[in-house]
Amino acid sequence: MKKKIFQVLGFLILRVCLYIVLAILLLFLYDVIHKGAGAISWEFLTKAPRRGMTQGGIFPAIFGTFLVTLITALCAVPLGMFAAIYLNEYARQNRLTRLIRLSIRNLSGVPSIVYGLFGVILFVNMLKFGTSILSAGLTLGLLTLPWTITASEEALKTVPNSYREGALALGATKWQSIRTNVLPYAVPGMLTGTVLGLARAAGETAPILFTGAAFYLPMLPRSLKDQFMALPYHLYIMATQHHEITAVRPLAYGTALVLICLVLGMNMAAVIIRYRLRRKRRG
Amino acid sequence: MPLFESAQEDRGDAILPGPPHFIGRAETTGPKRMKKRASSRLKESAIHAFFFVNGILAVIVLIGIFGLLLTSAFPAFKEVPIGHFFTSTKWDPTSPVKAEFGILSMIASTLMVTLGALVMAIPIGLGVAAYLSDVAHWRVREIVKPVVEILAAIPSVVLGFLGIVLFGPVIARIFHQSNGLNAVNGSFLLAIMSLPTIISISEDSLNAVPRAHTEASLALGASRWQTLVRVKIPAALSGIIASFMLGMGRAIGETMTVLMATGNARSFPHGLLSSIRTMTANIAIELGEVPYFTTHYYALFAIGLVLFLMTFFVNLIADLILHKYQEREQ
Amino acid sequence: MKIKLAILLGLIIVGLMLAPQATQAQKKMIQVKGSDTLVNLVQILAEEFMNKNPQTPIAVLGGGSGTGISGLINGTCHIADHSREWKQSEISQAWEKGVKPRFFVIGVDGLSIIVNGSNPIEKLTMDQVGAIYRGEIKNWKAVGGADAPISLYGRQSNSGTYVFLQEHVLKNKNYSPDMKEMNGNAQIIESVMQDQAGIGYVGVGYVVDKDTGKVRKGLKVLNISKDAQSEAFSPLEKANIDSGNYPVARALYQATNGKPSGGVADFIRFEVGPEGQKIVEREGFFTIGAAHQENNEKNFK
Repeated sequence: MKKKIFQVLGFLILRVCLYIVLAILLLFLYDVIHKGAGAISWEFLTKAPRRGMTQGGIFPAIFGTFLVTLITALCAVPLGMFAAIYLNEYARQNRLTRLIRLSIRNLSGVPSIVYGLFGVILFVNMLKFGTSILSAGLTLGLLTLPWTITASEEALKTVPNSYREGALALGATKWQSIRTNVLPYAVPGMLTGTVLGLARAAGETAPILFTGAAFYLPMLPRSLKDQFMALPYHLYIMATQHHEITAVRPLAYGTALVLICLVLGMNMAAVIIRYRLRRKRRG
Repeated sequence: MPLFESAQEDRGDAILPGPPHFIGRAETTGPKRMKKRASSRLKESAIHAFFFVNGILAVIVLIGIFGLLLTSAFPAFKEVPIGHFFTSTKWDPTSPVKAEFGILSMIASTLMVTLGALVMAIPIGLGVAAYLSDVAHWRVREIVKPVVEILAAIPSVVLGFLGIVLFGPVIARIFHQSNGLNAVNGSFLLAIMSLPTIISISEDSLNAVPRAHTEASLALGASRWQTLVRVKIPAALSGIIASFMLGMGRAIGETMTVLMATGNARSFPHGLLSSIRTMTANIAIELGEVPYFTTHYYALFAIGLVLFLMTFFVNLIADLILHKYQEREQ
Repeated sequence: MKIKLAILLGLIIVGLMLAPQATQAQKKMIQVKGSDTLVNLVQILAEEFMNKNPQTPIAVLGGGSGTGISGLINGTCHIADHSREWKQSEISQAWEKGVKPRFFVIGVDGLSIIVNGSNPIEKLTMDQVGAIYRGEIKNWKAVGGADAPISLYGRQSNSGTYVFLQEHVLKNKNYSPDMKEMNGNAQIIESVMQDQAGIGYVGVGYVVDKDTGKVRKGLKVLNISKDAQSEAFSPLEKANIDSGNYPVARALYQATNGKPSGGVADFIRFEVGPEGQKIVEREGFFTIGAAHQENNEKNFK
C-alpha cells in the first residue's frame, strides 16, 4: 500500500515538472503573440522602417536574415554532408575517428560569442572580407557545421548496410555504391537535420554582432560584401537602444513574433519532412 | 535539435520497399578493364581523400579557433600579469585612474548564473525526462517531444527580450526588489535554455536502459516508481550526468540572454539578487568599441579564450562520461 | 527535384550578388557610426536628407561614441558621432594612422539626471551626483529622500555619455562597480521608470514624450546646481543651456577624416543649417549657438 502511495505521489511530481515546462512555454508564446500580433501587417512585413524606426516595417531585416542563412547553408550543408559521408562510409574505428567525433561535439558546445570572435579575426580582418554578409554567413556556417555533420551522419546510419553491400557485390566502386545506393535514401534525412541547424543559425545574434549586422541601412544589401540588417539583431536594438522605447515596444514584439514564426516554421518544416519520410518508409 | 538523438527508432524499419538499383556495367577481362580499373582506383583514392579532408575539417576548425584565440589573447599578458588577470575583481579598462583587467568578478558571475540555472533545470529536466520515458502514454510523448524542440528553438535574443519586459517586473515584485535585472532573472532564462538539452539526453539515456533490468525489477515485486528511482536512474546515471554537463556548457556560453537581463554591473556578485556581468556579456559589450590592437582589445580575446577553455573542458568531461557509459553497455 | 531547384535559386542569387557592379552601390554609401545619444537624431536627419537627395545613401549605426571614434580611426566609417570630446590618446592614435579628424557641432545636449516619478527629491548638486555615481553615497536618505538603497543605472564604457559624466561630474574617478550598465539611453529610461529607487543619466532628447511635449510619465528630471550655494537649473529650458547655468550641458559632435567633401559635406551642411536644426529641436535637443556655427564654418574650409 505504501508502495502504491509513493508511486502515485512520485509520478505526480513528475507530471508537475512537465506542467511547469509546458506552462512556461505557453506563457512566452502567449505574451509574444498577444503583444506582437497587433504589429503584424502586410506593411510590417514588406516595407522598410520609417521615421526613425517608429513606423514602417522590418522587411530589410527579414531579407538580411534570409541572405545570411542562405550563405550559412551553402557553407555548412555541403561540408557537413561530406564530413558525414567520410565518418560513416570511409572512416575506420580508430583514434583519429574518435578525435574527429570529439571535435564535433566540442564544436557544438563552443559559445556563440566565441564563434563571433573567431569570425572577426579570420573573416573580417585576416581574409579582409570586412563586416559583411559573407563574414557573418561564414561565421554562422561554422557554428552550424557540427549540427549538419551529426544530422547527416544519423541519416546515413539509417540506410541498411545491405544496400551498400548489394552494390559492391555487383562490382561497383565504393563511391559508386554510395552515390547510387546510399545518398538518395539519406538525403531527405540529412535535410531534416540541416534545416533544424539553419533554424538555430537564423536566430543567433552574438556571431553577427561584430561581423556585419547593422541597425539601419537605407538600402537593401546588393552584394555579399555589404552589411545587412537581421531580425535577431534588430530585436536586440529595438529592445535596448532605441529612442522611442514605448512607441516601438509593439514593433519589438512584432519583430520577436516574426523571428519566432520563422524559426518555428523551419523547425516544423523539418519535422514534416521527417514525418513524411518515416511514413514513406513504413508504407 | 537533440544532437544525440539516436537513430534507434529508424533502425526498426530496415526492410525498405524497392530493390537497390545499381547502374553500372560489368565488363569482361582484358587490358581495357585493367586500365579502367587503375584510373578508377585513382579516382576512388581522390574521392576518399576529398572526404577525408572534409572529415577532419571539424578538428581543423577546433584547433583553428583555439590557435587564433591564443595568438590574439597572448599580447594581453605582456601588460597584465596573468595572476592579476585571474584573481583581481576589478574590470575597468577605460578608467581614468588606472586601467584594471581583472576577471574574477566575471568568472564568479558566470558561475553563479550557471549554477542557478542548473539548480532549476536539473530537477525539472530530469522529472520531465523520467515522465516521458516511464509514465507518459505514447500519444503524450508524440506531443511533448515536439514541444520540447520548440522550447529549444526559441532564439536567445527573444528570451532576453522577455526577460526584460515580462520576467523582470515579476521577479522584482516577488523578491521585493526595485528592479528585476539580476542573477535570478538570468538563471531562470538560462534554465529554460538548458532544459531541452537535459530533457532529451536524459530521456535517451533512460530509454537505453536494457529492458531486462526493468523487467527483472518489476518481476521481483518493485513498483514502477521504485524501478524508476532505484534501477533505471542509477543505470542511466552516466548519461544523465552527461546531460547536466552539456546543459551547463550551454548556460556558460550563452550571451544575449544574460546581456539583456542581468544588469551588467561590474562588481563582484553580492548575492543572487545583485546585478551581474558574465564573461560572454562583457565581450559583447566591449568588442564593438575597442580600438584595435590595444591591451583592452587583447584582454577581450583573453576572456574569449577562458570561455573557450571552460566550455571545452565541460564538454570533454561530458564526452568522457558518455564514452565510458557506452563502453560499459557494450 | 525541388532540392535541386532550391540550390539553383540560391546559386543564382549568390551569383547576382557577387556581380562587380553591385559592390559599387554600397561603396558610395556614407557610413555614420557612433554615439547612442546621437543615433536617433542623426538617423532622422539622414532620412530627411535622403528624401531630398536620394542619390546619397547614408547608413547610420550606433555603438557608442567610443565605437564611432574607433571607426573613424580604423577607417570603417566616414562620420563619427560622439557626445564627448576625443581623448588625447585617441587623437594621437588617429594622427599615427594618418587620420586628421575635424569636428563639427550639430547640436547641444543638457545631460539629464533622471529619477523615478515617485521620488520626492527635486534637485541635486554636481558634487552629490558625482558622489552617488562614485558609490560614495549609497542611500537616498543621505540626500533628503526615502530610506532606500540607491539603484544606479548608467551606460557602458563605449558610451560618450559615460565618459563625459566621468570626466565632468565624477572628476575622473571610477564609477561604482554596482552601477547597472545598460545598453542604451532607452534602456536606462525604461529601468528608471520601473525602479522606485533608481537614478540614471540620459540625453535630454530622450526624456520628453514626443506626443505630449512633456516629460515622460513615471520619470522626473532633476534640477542640478553647480554647488550647494547656487541655484539649481533644469536641463529642459533652452535658456539654461545657452547661458551655461545648467552645469552638465555638452556639445554633440560629428567628426570627419580631414576636410569633408561631396555627400559627407552636403549632409553636415544640412544638419547645421536651418532645416537640420529645426529637426534637432523637434527631437528634444538644443540648437547650436553662434560660437559653434563659427567653428563649423572654419572646419568646412
